Amino acid sequence: MPRPERYDSAAAAVADIPDGSSILVAGFHAGVPWNLVQALYEQGATDLVMISTTVNRPLLDEDGRVTIADLVLAGRVRKVIASFTAAPHPSQPNAAEDVFRAGGAEAELVPQGTVAERIRAGGAGIPAFYTPAGVGSAYAEGREQREFDGRTYVLERGITADYAFVRAQRADEAGNLVYRRAARNFNPIMATAGRCTIAEIDDPILPAGSFDPDQVHTPGVYVARLVHIAEGRIEAPRRTRRSGRELDLDAPEDTGDAS
Amino acid sequence: MSAEAREPLNREQVAAVLAGRLERDWIVNLGVGIPVLACDFVDLDAGIVLSSENGLIGYGWHAPHGHEDLDIVSPGMQYVVLQPGAAIVHHADAFGLIRSGRVDCSVLGAYEAAADGSFANWTPHADGRTDLGGVGGAMDLTQGAKRVWLAMFHTTPEGAPRLVERCTLPVTGGRHASLVVTDLAVIEVGERGFELLEHAPGYSVEDIQAVTAAPLSVSPSLRPMPV
Repeated sequence: MPRPERYDSAAAAVADIPDGSSILVAGFHAGVPWNLVQALYEQGATDLVMISTTVNRPLLDEDGRVTIADLVLAGRVRKVIASFTAAPHPSQPNAAEDVFRAGGAEAELVPQGTVAERIRAGGAGIPAFYTPAGVGSAYAEGREQREFDGRTYVLERGITADYAFVRAQRADEAGNLVYRRAARNFNPIMATAGRCTIAEIDDPILPAGSFDPDQVHTPGVYVARLVHIAEGRIEAPRRTRRSGRELDLDAPEDTGDAS
Repeated sequence: MSAEAREPLNREQVAAVLAGRLERDWIVNLGVGIPVLACDFVDLDAGIVLSSENGLIGYGWHAPHGHEDLDIVSPGMQYVVLQPGAAIVHHADAFGLIRSGRVDCSVLGAYEAAADGSFANWTPHADGRTDLGGVGGAMDLTQGAKRVWLAMFHTTPEGAPRLVERCTLPVTGGRHASLVVTDLAVIEVGERGFELLEHAPGYSVEDIQAVTAAPLSVSPSLRPMPV
């Protein structure tokens, strides 16, 4: 079996990424490869094309985490492709939006299901496909549209990228990945669409053969680099919520086992 | 009008009213904002399955404080609880479920809802820029779901109507909304525009019409919202 390269740190795993690279960044609240993005920020590559479901808000000055918005603010990004490129409400300004408005970086706003399908297509060797998302809105204007069986669809292109940053709970030495709960999200599809897929792993990496092959989410053949961050790992921000009502404590037991 | 208490519904009450209208055995997607709050009120014993864009199929209420699992999170970044029989898929498959027409009802938040059923929820600006916004999954959901409902506040914080004749913001496109649940009313959207089905307790038809920028017809079975 091919073995991915093992790295001791996120910094080492991203050290050779050159200027001008395109990079897929997985995650949506959960499953975000925070450590790889942070290492990329510290590494210094510029003129980047960043593809993710959201550019997020800049968090560096807030809690030390680095988001794509922080890379945009640092002038390191040529273009973003995302389904959230701006503040959802004028009361919640996003400084990255000002950079886009001033022409400091290009933004391509894409419906979220279309982002996902473009990545799945790219990773599966499909150059283009038709989808209904966006029809009837300004998004579809200027895009090639075609009717199938009486419905209108928009032509979309598959996406591949130089690198994919993914995060998994568990991996074995063969690079097989297992995700946990909604931390799966974009990770499996982005892992297939990166020419060099780099995976940050929460748990210590297991010997090959540790997983039942039926239970592997991303086969190791898609994974070029593995890094388990043993100490000082950056985790997802935890959001506190005001409870809407007294909640039923009789919730089903959730052990957290991925398989 | 009597001296009956007159308070708009709060977010949770709007969510509860909306949850009460979901039908047995539906697959439902609750959008960011007020809609996702309905997960606390949905009758899961009626076979309703809540599914989300990020791949949770079969989640239920918000996780109790101290029991949050950061990996079981809704697209609105609320920690929720998986139900027995739940399954997890990746993002592309989650949208496959949506696009293939299996979702019976998509409930979305909106900045504006129009009497023709169109609505606007991906950018708060009418500046013509299609590169900046927060479209999320709304354009996929509105094309893919069997029906689209909206849950929103009836007016802006400044008191301007959000229910209008025609949207002033860029529309989300796709299937037209058939129901709008607000803090003041439940309104059906049909061939003849807005029809008032329910009103917040203490609010008259005239009260609601006064903050609605399109004509309201009144259902013969008009009733108070069940709060």
